[in-house]
Amino acid sequence: MIRFGYDRPSDVAEAVRDGNHGGVRFLAGGSNLVDLMKENVERPRRIVDINRLPLKAIEDHEGGVRIGALATNADTAADARIADRFPVLASAILAGASPQLRNVATAGGNLNQRTRCLYFYDNATACNKREPGTGCSAIGGVARVNAILGASKACIATHPSDMCVGLAVLNAVVNVTGPLGERAIPFGDYHRLPGDDPSNDNTLKPGELVTSIDLPDEDFSGHYTYLKLRDRLSYAFALVSVAVVMRIENGRIAEARIALGGVAHKPWRSASAEGLLVGEAPSQSAFLAAAHALLDGAEGQAANAFKIGLARRAIVRACKQAAAGTPQSQIDKRVA
Amino acid sequence: MTTTLAKPKPDAETQLVDINLTVNGRAEHFSIPPWVTLLDLLRERMDLTGTKKGCDHGQCGACTVLVDGKRVNSCLTLAVVRDGASIETIEGLAQGSELHPLQQAFIDHDAFQCGYCTPGQICSAVGLLREGKATDRESVREYMSGNLCRCGAYTNIADAILSVKDREDAR
Repeated sequence: MIRFGYDRPSDVAEAVRDGNHGGVRFLAGGSNLVDLMKENVERPRRIVDINRLPLKAIEDHEGGVRIGALATNADTAADARIADRFPVLASAILAGASPQLRNVATAGGNLNQRTRCLYFYDNATACNKREPGTGCSAIGGVARVNAILGASKACIATHPSDMCVGLAVLNAVVNVTGPLGERAIPFGDYHRLPGDDPSNDNTLKPGELVTSIDLPDEDFSGHYTYLKLRDRLSYAFALVSVAVVMRIENGRIAEARIALGGVAHKPWRSASAEGLLVGEAPSQSAFLAAAHALLDGAEGQAANAFKIGLARRAIVRACKQAAAGTPQSQIDKRVA
Repeated sequence: MTTTLAKPKPDAETQLVDINLTVNGRAEHFSIPPWVTLLDLLRERMDLTGTKKGCDHGQCGACTVLVDGKRVNSCLTLAVVRDGASIETIEGLAQGSELHPLQQAFIDHDAFQCGYCTPGQICSAVGLLREGKATDRESVREYMSGNLCRCGAYTNIADAILSVKDREDAR
């Protein structure tokens, strides 16, 4: 393990002051950051331990729910409001990691976790995300978990989260506090595509700290699913995952939101694909058309081109599950 | 023959952090560098070597302990972060010479072969039964997925856990 200095602030203002220096990282549950420090991939000079900050609560907020940045994944998935009104989020969380990790991993940390691209983790290889300008070893390499959408010549990493795919279809808002004050970031603007600067995973400015995530006043408990496909049944990152929520009125789709995980540098949505479903009756052909639109421009490597077809089929299946009100179980993994 | 492990000595530049923990019911105080994991603290500074270092990356679950009653991977936990917490390890589960019901069930159901993953499996199972979410074999398998067993004793591990759960339910 690398060596580093340690601060333990007790409020957000102090944390932001402590964090407003180069080479400093905020530490919450640590399940990703500590791992990366052991791998010598993250090398912070100083750690700001934010676990004493009053950011653990999950509470009613403007008709919706506000999830504190330090609420654990386990507590979030088990919260009655989340389970009742935003079950796509609870389902996505329970599809990810293990019970031990969900007991420590936090909402803010989930957003800010790094890619699991094999080359990002391997200091012996070139990686533009880890060492800008060195190149991308994943292109043409072992790229099974890598991106098929929104990638660049510099980087084909994916954002590995399940939770964020659920947050994406819920139009969540990320609240942050930084040296220049507070701001609210719509979820779709939080993570970014790699472009020619893969070292930045998201649009946080230096020193900004995630304080909470807001779920708007909506209820998609009737028509939702989170379908995750991976190389083993549990405790593996997604090859492809699909979150879907729908409103169905008089037998027709009034609104549909679809997000993909495991395929891009951020949860992948397409307004035009979702728009195709509005006014349609749920059907194989309508869902297939949406899947084609959502995967428009998809491009695979030799190692992961199979994910394009896999994603197409997963989208259709997930839309059927959501429309029928028969969400995927995260215990019985058979896909119906 | 006894072997005494040399304790790491901090150099002059090392920041030491004072923390208090309750470990298996005993109050303990440490003055440690911030990079010491809870796993290394237990093993190297308390000689509680029941908790195992498997992958050291949160992938295998061999290091599972209970922190304030909840199961966590001690390898990914910096000890300083848990200042004030109560820790239970495999060494703290038995009451005197009477094994914890899960320890006895693992023996009765032949739920291990090499035994290296077993302390983590048992601590994880203690957490699982406290969580109260396991209802049947499928959910036990899913909620124990953070503990790998390279000997492949999963079938008997699930049997052992289910037997304790059934006994608790019957009470």
